[in-house]
Amino acid sequence: MEDLLEIAGEEIGNRLFIGTGKFSSYSIMKQSLGAAKAEVATVALRRVDPDSKNENIMDFVPESCRVMINTSGARNADEAIRIARLAKAAGAGNWIKIEVIRDNKYLLPDNLETLKAVETLVREGFVVFPYMSPDLSMGRRMAEAGAAAVMPLGSPIGSNRGVKTRELIEIMINEINLPIIVDAGLGRPSEACECMELGSAAVLVNTAIAVSNDPVKMAKAFSESVYAGRLAYLSGIPAIEKTASASSPLTGFLRDKK
Amino acid sequence: MSFYDVYIKYRNFDLDKVFRSNSPVSIQPILERDRLDLDHFIYLLSPQAENFLESMAQKAQAITRNNFGNTVQLYTPMYLSNYCDNSCAYCGFNFNNNIERRKLNPEEVDQEAQYIHSLGLKHILILTGESRGESPVSYIKDCVRILKKYFSSISIEVYPLTVNEYTQLVNEGVDGLTIYQETYDDSLYAKIHVYGPKKDYKFRIDAPERGAEAGMRSISIGTLFGLGEWRREVFILGLHAKYLQDKFPEAEIGISVPRIQPQVGGFKPVSPVSDRNIAQTILALRIFLPRLGISLSTRENPEFREGLIPLGITKISAASTTAVGGHTIGGKTSQFEIQDRRNVDEIKIMLERKGYQSVFKDWLQI
Repeated sequence: MEDLLEIAGEEIGNRLFIGTGKFSSYSIMKQSLGAAKAEVATVALRRVDPDSKNENIMDFVPESCRVMINTSGARNADEAIRIARLAKAAGAGNWIKIEVIRDNKYLLPDNLETLKAVETLVREGFVVFPYMSPDLSMGRRMAEAGAAAVMPLGSPIGSNRGVKTRELIEIMINEINLPIIVDAGLGRPSEACECMELGSAAVLVNTAIAVSNDPVKMAKAFSESVYAGRLAYLSGIPAIEKTASASSPLTGFLRDKK
Repeated sequence: MSFYDVYIKYRNFDLDKVFRSNSPVSIQPILERDRLDLDHFIYLLSPQAENFLESMAQKAQAITRNNFGNTVQLYTPMYLSNYCDNSCAYCGFNFNNNIERRKLNPEEVDQEAQYIHSLGLKHILILTGESRGESPVSYIKDCVRILKKYFSSISIEVYPLTVNEYTQLVNEGVDGLTIYQETYDDSLYAKIHVYGPKKDYKFRIDAPERGAEAGMRSISIGTLFGLGEWRREVFILGLHAKYLQDKFPEAEIGISVPRIQPQVGGFKPVSPVSDRNIAQTILALRIFLPRLGISLSTRENPEFREGLIPLGITKISAASTTAVGGHTIGGKTSQFEIQDRRNVDEIKIMLERKGYQSVFKDWLQI
């Protein structure tokens, strides 16, 4: 049976989601999405320019790719809500990644404002993906509010530091009954693989692909690595033992028959 | 507490003493750090660090790529009025200069806006001289109302305003504030701002935070190179940018270091700044403040601009004119001479060649 990620009635085969900022050109971005066989791409509404004299980013997202608009630039719930509504009105669909950032130094999200935006936008019929700092209670609240998935960060956006929040993400994977999509900070394919091995439903990568010397090849590398991590997770990864387990130093004296 | 208090604290700070006490053996340990403190920033600005510009550039490029990607945002200035009540020694719009004064009427604003929009530009920076009589806040608001039809982002570079006035402009649709202190050296400031409201050093130095308080999304500050001693100016500029980042984490803080160019009046730079000095400035600021926006104007020549881009530039102007109505009305009197006269397509092609995407639109009116 094919392993598909189901979100809001849609089935997604490729669990690598790709962000579309930071590429040196839209054409490289398009080739990268193609090479990865990406099925979901996030696009910042602030970059969308339908009446552009130049190029409009939306024309470079392959048709096979579902667009998830993000609310980049929103500083509070109200701004995120307004951006989401503008996106819908512009025909960009109703999949929305909520990004509320009040911190321009580390670009860390404001979980409380994000939650408020989730509550409103779910009521308005959006399929909502909150980007958040990993926190179990907040994740639960996002789930209760009707989020379609939650997107905890691995480390700050663009930092390429990997899954620094691993322990918290593992708890969220274990406890929250929604797809957990690790977003931000993944710098290399092995880190994306690590998230998938942990049981993440998907990962979202942008910077590490866009600013590598060969984004098209790197996109493919991430895609294959995500696939490998997913297969490993599904196969059941054997537990790690710190010692060899041949002898029984504490119970060897028990000579009775079992 | 405002930045003016910080300035007073560092006003007599002995930079040279720190430069002298620093061991110039290697810059590598600083470049390997994730976070820099003030002493590290000072070292990057030091005469000794001039020997390490290439290593600094490698680091700065990597930081810029991770934070801003392979993209550069384009904008253009639009001069609305050159009436001015100030006499500033270095400025072409000095009220003592016998130049043609004009201010765009609403039809002319519309005409200029249509033209700039037709070039594909979506981010505009509007400028006026300092004349509350000729270009009052109500006039600026009227212009913004027209410009909103054409542009995704509108920034202002006008005389310093109160929080209430900035709020009115934010509510009208302005999202960015640019205001340069020109020189942070208050005694030099007093000398070269001979006459007019701009003499009020404190009201100007605290304007960026009033703008941030009013809800401006982006704040850009700067010092005019050629006035004060550059290392000192950049040191205070770095402090100012960091202060704003710390106090207003939700705002995007940016800087620019325009260099004095020939203008009507013939003012000569007090302390000249070399190309290497500008490069070191950009590198030190980029490494000290990784998320800082750095913009580069058409005051510099094409070749130098191109070289600076990978060192940390995030925004550049294109198709610039510094005359009121300079695009379509035939305004001739410029505030200063521009060196890079390339049009939007030429800039776009240059950026592509260097491996950068030109970002025309990076905001929306919400």
